[in-house]
Amino acid sequence: MAYDKFSILKSSAVPMPIENVDTDQIIPARFLKATERKGFGDNLFRDWRYNSDGTPKEHFVLNNPIYSGKILVGGKNFGSGSSREHAAWAVYDYGFRCVVSSFFADIFRNNCLNVGVLPVQVTPEFLDQIFKAIEADPNTELEVNLPEQTITILATGEKESFDINDYKKGNMLNGFDDIDYLLNIKEGIQTFAENTPL
Amino acid sequence: MSKTLFDKVWDSHVVQHIDNGPDVLFIDRHLVHEVTSPVAFLGLKNRGIKVLYPERTFATADHNTPTINQHLPVQDPLSANQLKALEENATAYNIPYWGLGHKKNGIVHVIGPENGITVPGATIVCGDSHTSTHGAFGAIAFGIGTSEVEMVLSTQCIMQPKPKKMRININGGLNKAVTPKDVALFIISKLTTSGATGYFVEYAGDVFKNMSMEGRMTVCNLSIEMGARGGMIAPDEKTFEYIKGREYTPKGADWDKAMEYWKTLYSDSDAVFDKELTFTANEIEPMITYGTNPGMGMGIKNDIPLAEAVEGGVATYKKSLEYMAFHEGEAMIGKPIDFVFLGSCTNGRIEDFRAFASIVKGRKKADNVTAWLVPGSHQVEEAIKEEGILDILQDAGFELREPGCSACLAMNDDKVPAGKYAVSTSNRNFEGRQGPGARTLLASPLVAAAAAVTGKVTDPRELMEEIYA
Repeated sequence: MAYDKFSILKSSAVPMPIENVDTDQIIPARFLKATERKGFGDNLFRDWRYNSDGTPKEHFVLNNPIYSGKILVGGKNFGSGSSREHAAWAVYDYGFRCVVSSFFADIFRNNCLNVGVLPVQVTPEFLDQIFKAIEADPNTELEVNLPEQTITILATGEKESFDINDYKKGNMLNGFDDIDYLLNIKEGIQTFAENTPL
Repeated sequence: MSKTLFDKVWDSHVVQHIDNGPDVLFIDRHLVHEVTSPVAFLGLKNRGIKVLYPERTFATADHNTPTINQHLPVQDPLSANQLKALEENATAYNIPYWGLGHKKNGIVHVIGPENGITVPGATIVCGDSHTSTHGAFGAIAFGIGTSEVEMVLSTQCIMQPKPKKMRININGGLNKAVTPKDVALFIISKLTTSGATGYFVEYAGDVFKNMSMEGRMTVCNLSIEMGARGGMIAPDEKTFEYIKGREYTPKGADWDKAMEYWKTLYSDSDAVFDKELTFTANEIEPMITYGTNPGMGMGIKNDIPLAEAVEGGVATYKKSLEYMAFHEGEAMIGKPIDFVFLGSCTNGRIEDFRAFASIVKGRKKADNVTAWLVPGSHQVEEAIKEEGILDILQDAGFELREPGCSACLAMNDDKVPAGKYAVSTSNRNFEGRQGPGARTLLASPLVAAAAAVTGKVTDPRELMEEIYA
């Protein structure tokens, strides 16, 4: 599925300074029963966000009106666990376009890149600075610049660069997905398959 | 140039390398289940394209299926709808489909090897992170997201940067009551849940050489829990013996040709790994987890570590213990439990039921325990009956359920209630994994059996006969 192009994102951010946020927290398994990709944002962080009777948990960050924005900032090892792409869909569908952490689980990172959410890995020190900046002022804006591969805390000017391979960067900038690429080289794949027995 | 086992299999499947980008990797066999596939099929439909190689694709229903009364219509309308979607998609695209009631039905990572879909040197993917299981046969196998499921359906390829390589060596003999599950939980407790992220792991040494194929599957299955995309073990006679004659393995001259290739699948003696770790077998005790990720495990007789002794964030650690209602410095032994779950792609094979039965034989299920014993497949279920294990279980007051993923991820009705403790042979103890508010203690089938008959966390060695005395 193609997604919106990503170039430069300037936004306030939602802080979640918890480590090892796993995909079962991002979207619990009981919400994976859909056959279409829609409505997952409603259940993003469902069990941290709502009580069992459906009322919001006051202290959870997504229920706190002082925090908002298109950037989610999480602790180390964000997105561990299950391969469910529904986790990345939920993040996107809720309105986030970028997740910042000092370390991402592999499959979650891939899934994000495939659905148009940019995972930005920063150093633990810079992550700490972001959390502190948001704590000091919840309206603190971050600028994520994909062409330049930098992330900046606008209030202080503190800046760090991040890695992304050229191929994926190109896809994100243009809103392309891997299937477009693969379909273009289908003949080569078929030749390869002929020489690869079952 | 010297190559690792992983290099040999990966490199032979690269259709195209993109500079400063991923490899286009050809996938030999693709396993599909009901939960992560419907949106991928929808994508195909929207693009107006077909499944390129249906003969390389296999579908089963497992994640979202009931484990009782499978002959009746599925009650939950959303689950029923998802199952129907898979059946319709499989039919429309000519994919072999082993749905509820089919004799080959079962958990995707149990039935792959059972039917010979899993072979050495193959690339195998599935929209499920525990696809790493198939690495036990010397295959490169890993979990993918739904976009990637769509890629494989439409082009039989995915685009992946080549991971780094790690080897984990464990030599020596294992202690009494230490199972493959304990070996894996031990490694994860040392590496943490992110210690192998970015790597593909090869397991080497006496411990894995001496392990059964079922045991190797358990270890490779849990590779993802240390962050690795997958794990693998070089194929040997045990591997070939296991797969020979199964439905989808090569036959006759094709078998001989395949064997010639499979015998080249090992890491060359001077192959270089990006990281190499070594442990000794006798360090490992029967393990149990006390927290909310699989890295929070320890020898069953140990005390829960103090926050100050733990690497990583203190706040995260305390939050985890708070969820479990455990305290730093407490012993796990003797803690009352409410549920026992034997099953899953980690420990739902015949060997696991044998181990469980060896402890409960001649004993009775504790009254305070609800036990869910869920075979990984109908083939496992049949073996349980044929070997007389069912009689042992029933004499001890246990019932056997029907195959599926069940309480491992609790998508169906097999949910542990909020606040209750479950000793589970599955793979994840995340918050709410086995039901909202449920508290999971991961352990081996032996530890699960000991808990099931005593109603509390118990060292299984206390219930085992001293056969070596």
